Amino acid sequence: MQLNGLFKKPHNELEKGGRTVPEDNHQEVTRTCPKCGWSLPISELWENRNVCKCGYHFRMNARQRIAFIADEDTFQEMFREVEGRDVIDFPGYDKKRKSAALSSGENEAVVCGTAQVDGVPCMLFVMDAYYMMGSMGTAVGERITLAFEYATEHRLPVVGFSVSGGARMQEGILSLMQMAKTSGAVKRHSDAGLFFLSVLTDPTTGGVTASFAMEGDIILAEPGALIGFAGQRVIEQTIRKKLPEGFQRAEFQLEHGFVDLIVAREQQKETISRLLAWHSEGEKHNGRL
Amino acid sequence: MDAYDKVKLSRLKGRPTASAYIQNLFEDFVELHGDRRYADDAAIVGGIALLDGKPVTVIGVEKGVDTMDKIRRNFGSPAPEGYRKALRLMKQAEKFHRPVFCIVDTSGAGCDMGAEERGQGQAIAENLMEMMTLKTPVISLFAGEGGSGGALALAVADQVWMMENAYYSVISPEGCASILWKDSKRVKEACDCLKLTAADMLELGTAERVFLEPEEGFDSVWPEIKTAAIEAFAQAEQLPMEVLLERRYQRFRSYGRWNNA
Repeated sequence: MQLNGLFKKPHNELEKGGRTVPEDNHQEVTRTCPKCGWSLPISELWENRNVCKCGYHFRMNARQRIAFIADEDTFQEMFREVEGRDVIDFPGYDKKRKSAALSSGENEAVVCGTAQVDGVPCMLFVMDAYYMMGSMGTAVGERITLAFEYATEHRLPVVGFSVSGGARMQEGILSLMQMAKTSGAVKRHSDAGLFFLSVLTDPTTGGVTASFAMEGDIILAEPGALIGFAGQRVIEQTIRKKLPEGFQRAEFQLEHGFVDLIVAREQQKETISRLLAWHSEGEKHNGRL
Repeated sequence: MDAYDKVKLSRLKGRPTASAYIQNLFEDFVELHGDRRYADDAAIVGGIALLDGKPVTVIGVEKGVDTMDKIRRNFGSPAPEGYRKALRLMKQAEKFHRPVFCIVDTSGAGCDMGAEERGQGQAIAENLMEMMTLKTPVISLFAGEGGSGGALALAVADQVWMMENAYYSVISPEGCASILWKDSKRVKEACDCLKLTAADMLELGTAERVFLEPEEGFDSVWPEIKTAAIEAFAQAEQLPMEVLLERRYQRFRSYGRWNNA
């Protein structure tokens, strides 16, 4: 039995929040790829949708994703006025939200709105890892619920990009309730015969995996994305050994039957638009024009 | 008594587990095993029993009583197949128009490698989605621990009831302490921060009813829970199904819906 590190205090990488400030394209900052070690200028990386030449997918913020998925000038943001609050007077939460807003430029961890993808209208929601690691509190749950309810009412398909450390501890039990609330809205949308395409990005864990992220009619994943319920540190503490390489990654989830397809960023828009068109209600879209 | 004292009581050795609730609240329990997909998870006990002479589907998280039993039941941390067994029995209850009574007592869903390989997240997600539209009344009673998604997967119910010293939390107090202060020993403070007691649930609207735990033991509380269950199911059966389901949806819909929405 390996004793090294057994009594080390655990800390949660996911809750640190706001580690990287979204890049400023005017400065020629470089980023080092954790996979191949190559240093790339930010501008070059962005031209390649934040994907390294070796195939490593760097994280993206919500606005960057919307820019490369939605047709130009079609995204109409909704529900931005819905914000979280310090419901249970949790220590440090207000401060944490302020610093998350600064580091992400967002006022919550999900951005929702209507958009078109290659001309097909849809409801799009994109979570943002730079806002408290995409954790789901009442505002995230409310925005996603409103998005599904709007889509049900207007008979729109939903495309949702998940990235999340799970339910947000700082809003206590009400965060947990968002799992049931969003699932209920997904169910009503589904029962209305409408299409939900869920895209899992790095990382999708905890209460988001255990709710809407896993409830898509079709579930796509980005290469290498960490996808799971329990955090890796928690599992390692439970089984008292290190997890094997690749455990809970997108490829592992594909192998175990929990995602439909792994799609590299370069092909995502094409794949999403094709699937959307095939499930769209508008007659003119069914045959892809 | 503070929140941490209650959490300790909820975990106390010798506290009645789900089997005791089944035995004391229902008659003629017939246990049904297996998820029909992979395995039978002993952390979930489910079956059919009589309540006031009428069949009810009963599902509980069972922690086990002695050491061997606890190991066999993974200390009440269900595997994905446990949640799938629960859903199978709920669907069966829907088909045969039986109400569902769930007993929740878990520190959380199982978090070993096998649970991840067999889709713990997917199993819980499916229960949340399917329970929301399950066409039969559902009551969930929190007997002890109510740990996160693993508890919620049996609690998308028309009513949530709690024992006085049960708790319900988004994260374990230990997990909260280790994230907040990098010190899992500061559990007491974490318990206060999380607002996880039965009284907190009443205040936040996430539970409808709390049963006091008499010091002399649970014997006097069983009849009270039993009467409450008989009455609640009788009232639910008076409602048209779409009203019951709309109320269930709105129950969850209201959580965290502030006036700015």
